[in-house]
Amino acid sequence: MIARVYALEAKYEFLKLLRMPAFAIPTIAFPVMFYALFGVTFGAGRVTATTTMATYLIATYGAFGVIGASLFGFGVGVAVERGQGWLTLKRATPMPPMAYFTAKLAMAALFSVIIVMLLFGMGAGFGGVTFPAVTWTRLFIVLVLGAIPFGAVGLALGYLAGPNSAPALVNLLYLPMSFASGLWIPIEVLPPFMKAIAPFLPPYHLGQLALGVIGAGAGAPAWTHILALAGFTAIGLGVAMWGYRRDEDKTWG
Amino acid sequence: MIAELTNVTKRYGDVIALDGLSLGLEAGRVTALLGPNGAGKTTAVKLLLGLTRPASGTATLFGRDPRDVKARQRTGVMLQVANVPQTLRVREHVHLFCSYYPNPMPVDEALAIAGLATVADRKYGALSGGQKQRVLFALAICGNPDLLFLDEPTVGLDVESRRGFWQEVRRLAAGGRSILLTTHYLEEADALADRIVVINNGRVVADGAPHEVKALTAARRIRCVTSLDDARLAAMPGVQSVRRDGAAVELLTSDAESVTRALLAADPALGGLEVSGAGLEEAFLTLTAGGSR
Repeated sequence: MIARVYALEAKYEFLKLLRMPAFAIPTIAFPVMFYALFGVTFGAGRVTATTTMATYLIATYGAFGVIGASLFGFGVGVAVERGQGWLTLKRATPMPPMAYFTAKLAMAALFSVIIVMLLFGMGAGFGGVTFPAVTWTRLFIVLVLGAIPFGAVGLALGYLAGPNSAPALVNLLYLPMSFASGLWIPIEVLPPFMKAIAPFLPPYHLGQLALGVIGAGAGAPAWTHILALAGFTAIGLGVAMWGYRRDEDKTWG
Repeated sequence: MIAELTNVTKRYGDVIALDGLSLGLEAGRVTALLGPNGAGKTTAVKLLLGLTRPASGTATLFGRDPRDVKARQRTGVMLQVANVPQTLRVREHVHLFCSYYPNPMPVDEALAIAGLATVADRKYGALSGGQKQRVLFALAICGNPDLLFLDEPTVGLDVESRRGFWQEVRRLAAGGRSILLTTHYLEEADALADRIVVINNGRVVADGAPHEVKALTAARRIRCVTSLDDARLAAMPGVQSVRRDGAAVELLTSDAESVTRALLAADPALGGLEVSGAGLEEAFLTLTAGGSR
């Protein structure tokens, strides 16, 4: 019976967002559109000796897409449902609280799969990207797993932001951080001060992990990026737990 | 007792929402928590549901911690929710909530009771205000609860919808379910409950059958200028309270005619006489003042 709750919660979370054009369209279309613009149009240019622009950007726009789905799905979703009292009502039911959060994670992962598959299709079809099957698979896994740390960061934002300010806050963090982390255009061509701050930004580490899979990373070992992402995950969950407790004492009546 | 608050205090910052409140709910009864806005009604409900913790005192639900899943499986809850996910259909919302409970109603039955059968496939965002309120009602009853919490269930409903809603609540009560209802309408408490608990400023100020509570709130206010002193006024039969307001004095009473007659007899020079109905709010204030003496 518990498994059924988790499954239904996830199913309806996905349907809910899929039917919400303000979420579904930008989340899926932006990474795909940007990739078409920069990755396919300038695809033949070389970022490194062995990596074309089309190849490089498939990893970074993949990360960009996964991060967007996770930050918006969790951040805006939780902020709105919390602010409107919907989450309070659900907390009063016998629903296992983890079902709610797991459903959001499953939804972010599913949207990530859609975005990554679309990018892979475009890269292979129009960008001349060729990888061995094992590389495609590893890249796919690394990108989709990115839903976990960014889901946690999104959850923290969902507990920090109000229902009205959440979309603006998430955009304000998401777009500049993605750019400064080298997800839009390769970090190699960014000005030095941006290169210097990039390692402090969560998206940089997912981008570098994905680039590492295709042999185009900046050189730091994969475990350092995994460690950084684990750290951001822990911070995100900590803030979210603090917010969950705070909600218990705030509600007035 | 199927749900109980014992000597519960709850603060939000410096504001005391509940001040040593005790309240026990008996099985099979409809209890109304009646009080003005900010009286602490919703806080009492949230404590019984385990949504917030008391600063002191205890809350139990079916003899357990209110956060215990076993307790929650026997309760249904209608809270004031500003919005519900708009893009899911009515049937989908009810289907999901049914899955939380071990012995839920069939989805169609919950939809029928809530009067939503004809809009079951509509998205929540496309419903009228009254229909939205009924979706929240359907979510509260779909788990076949033994105890139903209805927090201000008819706020924003027109008169006709309100009466239709009362019908459904009466039917559920007749089926043996226990109900805790909060409202700031005496009329609603009177129409539905077999026990009314009046709270104000976080304390119980009256507790009884509807006719008992109504008698308390049937007070009238007599205002006049008189040379009689407070002690003499307070001693008159039927006078509940005496309050000075500048040169005038205000008396609250449930028997305005007798008190007026007695006043005129005792003070022939009495002037500025006014008699008016004391509203529910004022009746609450009197009850509260009485409780603190």
